[in-house]
Amino acid sequence: MIYSLCFVLIAIGIYGAVTKKNVVKIVISIAIMEYGINLLLILIGYRAGGNAPIMEKGMEKGVGLAEFIATSVDPLPQALVLTSIVISLGVLALMVAICIRLYERYGTFDITEMRRLKG
Amino acid sequence: MDQNMIPLFVAIPLGIAFIIPMVSRKLKWAPDVFANLAMLALVTIAFMTLGRMDTIIYSMGGWKTPLGIDLRLDGLSRMMLIVINVVGLAATMFSVQYMRLYTSKLRYYTLFLFMVAGMNGVVLTGDMFNLFVFMEIAAIASYALVGFGCEHEELEASFKYMVLGSVASALVLIGIAFTYALTGTLNMAHVATVLAGAKMNTPLIFVLALFITGFGLKAALVPFHAWLPDAHPSAPAPISAMLSGVLIKAIGVYVIARLLFNVFGMSPQMLVILRTLGLISMVAGALLSIGQWDMKRLFAYSSISQVGYIILGLGIPTDLTYLGVIGALYHLMNHSVFKSLLFLNSGAVEYATGTRDLKKLGGLNKQMPVTGATSLVGSMSIAGIPPFNGFWSKLIIVIACVQAGYYGLALAAVLVSILTLAILLKVQKNAFFESAQAAMGRIQRAPVLMAAAMVLLAVLCLAMAFIVITGLDTPMIVRPAADALINGPFTLPPAGAG
Repeated sequence: MIYSLCFVLIAIGIYGAVTKKNVVKIVISIAIMEYGINLLLILIGYRAGGNAPIMEKGMEKGVGLAEFIATSVDPLPQALVLTSIVISLGVLALMVAICIRLYERYGTFDITEMRRLKG
Repeated sequence: MDQNMIPLFVAIPLGIAFIIPMVSRKLKWAPDVFANLAMLALVTIAFMTLGRMDTIIYSMGGWKTPLGIDLRLDGLSRMMLIVINVVGLAATMFSVQYMRLYTSKLRYYTLFLFMVAGMNGVVLTGDMFNLFVFMEIAAIASYALVGFGCEHEELEASFKYMVLGSVASALVLIGIAFTYALTGTLNMAHVATVLAGAKMNTPLIFVLALFITGFGLKAALVPFHAWLPDAHPSAPAPISAMLSGVLIKAIGVYVIARLLFNVFGMSPQMLVILRTLGLISMVAGALLSIGQWDMKRLFAYSSISQVGYIILGLGIPTDLTYLGVIGALYHLMNHSVFKSLLFLNSGAVEYATGTRDLKKLGGLNKQMPVTGATSLVGSMSIAGIPPFNGFWSKLIIVIACVQAGYYGLALAAVLVSILTLAILLKVQKNAFFESAQAAMGRIQRAPVLMAAAMVLLAVLCLAMAFIVITGLDTPMIVRPAADALINGPFTLPPAGAG
């Protein structure tokens, strides 16, 4: 159920990126899409009612370890999401910079008026 | 070749990219020298990898396979590393004089080296998320480089490329998330082991569809090609050479081949998809490029067509001789050399005349003998005229089609090759052979380093034809690369190895 919400977010992002005319709105749509994917990644490692994957004293072996494995959430997707957030930040910053330059050149944010390339 | 040298492929360009901005405020010559030395060093160690032909695995940070990230050097990675770094060296040599047309060499070389680091990382890594990270490094650097001139067209092309590139990366990331959910691991060898013997079920098909769409966008296969003819011509010429020659292959074609052959395992349905995509790209790219009058735009469309050949070759069912895969990889290598050469030629023409409109050019052979001669070599290679390298790789692909019984595909490949000849003859006639037009004025020759870069690639065009003559059974670089793909899904290294 909650997975489908992620896909709704991703779909909204793709829809916006395809249909919007304003470059800034396109950038926002792409950001929404990336949030949807990050949520999806987090959900994959999530376990309902799980603990934080931090090992404490007394959990190194035996029953403690088994319990730790059984109850903690998967930490790997969280690490992946951190990386992917940083990457999407880089892309977003570059996109916004290009948008500013586009505005300087064309005097508009409307993508239908930026049509010098064709063929 | 020691295994500890493998990380150098990523470390050298990243390190130099970091050093260049620090030192070049005072030393104006520093960016040129540092970037060229870095690429020279990379070419050297790329050729040193040929010393050992087995698969070398390097565990990053000393963490062994299940916990850490692997760098994996096998036949295919060796071939790709050589291609990337040789073309990169030619591009940096060309940039020394060409980039005077632009403002900031410092930022240019920094981004350039980031792109090289990203591509080297993509072809080396053995971990799927790591592949995504390196791919994004290369892609972000290329977005910035496409818009480097900050003129109207360049910004527009860069924005278009960036939006489509972000969507592609997003699809790939969803694919990676699902792969992790399905298998519980992201190491390519582990994924392959878990999936070995698994049936083609719906989630797996969904994952494959995501990957083919995502990397197909990066490789500009035809339904996904819209960004390429804008982005590649808008970049500075050496960057066009890198984008068309190497980037679409390193983060597009290479990854598709690697994932399908070595991780998910090839199935007949996938081969059909590859053949279809290849055929459409091949034909549509060639047809679209005929009508172009902008030299670089014409070359960009022809890149789509040539990538179609590579994908078509990969899609031919493999038997004992697997000629299709050999032909595809050989053509990949050849295309990166002659397409970079052609883009550098167009850069030299633009440098000398200030335009790349074929209607305004003419008679350049007299004033620019080196550019004219090398572009003739490049054109004949891409059109498949013997004895140049393009002829042999296309011949192998056509023979493979016939052997597998796909006569229609073989015919299409031959016809598109003739079409390519027509396209390139148009360039030759309009730019280099026809008598000079009055508007051309005074033209100086290409500066020495630019000429040297073009001659280097032209010589390679001829030299690589000898890979065939030395015997098809033992082409030095291509056969091990094809073997790496044909050997099927990765297997885990025995415990305690490495």
